[in-house]
Amino acid sequence: MIPVRNYLLESRIIHNRIVLTFGIVVVLSLILVLRIGYLQINQHSRFYELAQDNRVDLVPLPPVRGLIYDRNGVVLAQNFRVYNLEILPDQVDNMDQLLDQLGQLVELTDEDLERFRTLLRRRPSFERQTLRANLSEREASRLAVNLHRYQGAELKARLQRNYTQGDLTAHAVGYVGRISADDLEQIDNDKYRGLEYIGRSGIEAYYESTLLGKSGYERVETNAHGKVIRSLEQIASDAGKTIHLSLDTPLQRKSIEALDGYEGSVVAIEPATGDVLAFASVPSYDPNPFVNGISKKAYAELRASERRPLLNRSLYGRYAPGSTIKGFMSLVGMDNGVNHDNSIFCGGFYRLPGHRHRYRDWKKSGHGTMDGHNAIVQSCDVYYYRLAKQLGIDQMHEGMSRYGFGKPSGIDLLGEPSGLMPSKKWKREARGQPWYPGETIITGIGQGYMLVTPLQLAAATATLANRGKQVVPRFLTAVENPQSQTREDLPPTVNGYIETRNSEAYDRVIDAMRDVVHGKKGTARRIGKDIRYQMAGKTGTAQVKSIAQNETYREEETEKRFRDHSLFIGFAPLEDPQIAIAVIIEHGGSGSRTAAPIARKLIDYYLLERLKLFPEVDEEQELAARGNNSREPG
Amino acid sequence: MVSWSNTARGINRSNPTLPLDLPLVIAILMILMLSMVVIYSAGGESTALLTRQSLRIAFALVLMLLFSRISPQTLMRWSPYVYGLGLVLLFAVLGFGFIGKGAQRWIDLGLFRFQPAEIMKLAVPMMVAWIMTRSTLPPRIPYLVVSICVVLLPTTLVVLQPDLGTAILIASTGVIVIFLAGIGWKLILGVFVALGAFAPLLWYFVLHPYQQRRILTLFDPWADPLGAGYHTIQSIIAIGSGGVHGKGWLGGTQSQLEFIPERSTDFIFAVYAEEFGLVGVFLLLSLYLFLVFRGLMIAFYARGTYSRLLAGSLSLTFFLYVFVNIGMVSGILPVVGIPLPLISYGGTSMVTLMVGFGMLMSIHSDKRSLSR
Repeated sequence: MIPVRNYLLESRIIHNRIVLTFGIVVVLSLILVLRIGYLQINQHSRFYELAQDNRVDLVPLPPVRGLIYDRNGVVLAQNFRVYNLEILPDQVDNMDQLLDQLGQLVELTDEDLERFRTLLRRRPSFERQTLRANLSEREASRLAVNLHRYQGAELKARLQRNYTQGDLTAHAVGYVGRISADDLEQIDNDKYRGLEYIGRSGIEAYYESTLLGKSGYERVETNAHGKVIRSLEQIASDAGKTIHLSLDTPLQRKSIEALDGYEGSVVAIEPATGDVLAFASVPSYDPNPFVNGISKKAYAELRASERRPLLNRSLYGRYAPGSTIKGFMSLVGMDNGVNHDNSIFCGGFYRLPGHRHRYRDWKKSGHGTMDGHNAIVQSCDVYYYRLAKQLGIDQMHEGMSRYGFGKPSGIDLLGEPSGLMPSKKWKREARGQPWYPGETIITGIGQGYMLVTPLQLAAATATLANRGKQVVPRFLTAVENPQSQTREDLPPTVNGYIETRNSEAYDRVIDAMRDVVHGKKGTARRIGKDIRYQMAGKTGTAQVKSIAQNETYREEETEKRFRDHSLFIGFAPLEDPQIAIAVIIEHGGSGSRTAAPIARKLIDYYLLERLKLFPEVDEEQELAARGNNSREPG
Repeated sequence: MVSWSNTARGINRSNPTLPLDLPLVIAILMILMLSMVVIYSAGGESTALLTRQSLRIAFALVLMLLFSRISPQTLMRWSPYVYGLGLVLLFAVLGFGFIGKGAQRWIDLGLFRFQPAEIMKLAVPMMVAWIMTRSTLPPRIPYLVVSICVVLLPTTLVVLQPDLGTAILIASTGVIVIFLAGIGWKLILGVFVALGAFAPLLWYFVLHPYQQRRILTLFDPWADPLGAGYHTIQSIIAIGSGGVHGKGWLGGTQSQLEFIPERSTDFIFAVYAEEFGLVGVFLLLSLYLFLVFRGLMIAFYARGTYSRLLAGSLSLTFFLYVFVNIGMVSGILPVVGIPLPLISYGGTSMVTLMVGFGMLMSIHSDKRSLSR
């Protein structure tokens, strides 16, 4: 059946539909116009801003980190240009293949690869990572020629921090490290724009903001691929400030050499200024590998070492001071009305009234009749047991605290511990226990709870050398602006004068400490031989293990880790102190035998060779030396 | 129902010696000139690009002239064969694609390459219109079923390539013919309900993950600004930053600094809108609308069902190009690979469109020769 065609109807149908669709076309066009109008009129300013942001990119111009010098102008920390092989992970198609190929151009150790793969896992893939730092000239040039063939690999010239003295100054200067994810949450990211390193320890950390400098930037027009089309504006960066430290590198070197084979610390301070001349902690470590992230293995080795090279003993080491505090105890005594000339009898031990426990003197047979002077010279323990008993712990705490015991010295390093100068209050709060009288007794000879750091000991010695003038120990002596070449020398910070009610107290104690070295019966008389100047000193031997009442300590029979610590403090020359020193040798035995000779050697070196004082008695030479080399004490 | 007069003023004014519709030709040439201007800017001021595009335009214009001389009756006779040839080529491409282990859309003839899918953009409306002439209007069910099959078969093949944008266009050309033929509203409603039910299946079984992502991105391009949303965000920024007056020719930062992806092809509208602003957009849309209006007018006054349906479908498909492309670039439609007609760089769609215009002109002159 063929239906009858109604041509009129059919054309009417199509005509209607065409008109209808044209209506739809108009409506849809209107929608487009409304949409475009909305974007171009209502949202115009917003998108205009976005388009501006899109094309303008800020390229950071990182500042050059400030240099660090010692007191003689020897550079301790510098920046040098290195070539690094860097990878942009998200531009690499086949990482294994790329690493293989690059491995044929430059040497890639397993350690390099392991470190790099760790970074790949941990860091976002758009972040560039260093595959190998410090390329040699040959490697860099070989790479430069071939690199265009490897997508995602780049050769970058960078400034890398370098510590010229290596392990010599590691504990003082510290080191910088790569900015970590944790750092990023804490630092002001604007300040670190384009920077890779941040001060991690030592001076590098403490003076971070000074050394850092100010980031500059370049406003550039870029395309969507980040490729720079042209530069719009440039704000130069301000280089970090140059820092001058008080350290005397030769003395520092001598100190580290002198401690060779031991674990211990030497801190030497110029009393008048508080300048830290030497800040040695042995063993030390090379800070340079830390700059680019030390390998896990090397770090684990450093950490696992029993000698603990990473521990900054000078700053963090806390030791019982032993007899080194006896001079200070006498000062506290005189301040509290104790007559220095009064004698006691030392029979080799002391007993608290009503107690059986014997507090033994180091000299079993006893020192006999002892006044304040001889008690220091011969380091009589019984004298100080009695003095401690007489003063009581709280008065000792108050008096000793004035010399900085139990308090941070205020040196310009982060995290300085306060040590411990015990008191009844301290024990109640920290231990929840009452104070026992016996604890007072042993505190009198620097045992028991009392703990000092080598730095505290040296600072206290400097205060003594200054006869009560307390100068805050410091590393920073001057700040220099490398751009304007202006240098600001910083005056020493004087904490105040520690007065004693006995005006002669300092002279009396210093006199006694002179006899420790120069007197016939002085505990350090051995180092007083052939000495061209006068010095004051005090030995100390700190017990590591308590010895039972019926036991005798014999060094050679004692396991090393239980052997006594050997300590010595001193300053010289007596009349015009140039150097105050504290030496602590862990398990070094008696102070007179180990620490004292080291102190003498270092003071000799500093006064005679560094300052050229006390030339050998030869008048012509002396005159010549005065004319040319003698240094006026500041 | 309104009765429409078969004669109208203006339709007969063109040059009688040439089978060309002057208003259509003028509008086309104006758009092509705009195209050259925008491509020069979008292509980074490359004259090489411009030269290549000029050659394509010339080639397309020749084809347009050629087809304008083929009478609608001939086109109608050819319809099944063209459609059949298109199907064979589509199968062939799909076969090569399987062998070549990848998406395959092209047939390389040495001198030039072409996409069989493009043939289908013309063959499907021709075929469906041909089927409709067999039926009385509104189309009877058997013819409808056959038409739908005729539409679905090539659409499915193109989806498999996979080229969703072209598939949608091909399906639309056929559907438009069916709609113009007067399919009943109840049926239309039914189809929409069926599509609604079919949509989840389409989503899970037909769309590739990247296509799903594009559609999802449409609702919130800023959710993935560096990934799926990047295209849309950058082009919206370009359009919006252009404002009313635009940033001036060659002055669009989004375009010149390569923030707009595919800026001389699918996203060229963003470049145009950024540099010429709302004023330019009005101009272009007016030209487009004029073309569509003129095409629909030709369809309206055409002689015979086949001519009317084909002319209507060609004009409306052209508009669909415009709407989908601008809709996608301005962020109201998902990103599908459909170029801006006559403006985008590239020859394939240009040739198809111009052949379509040739057919329109032939239909127009056929009507005119009758009225003589």
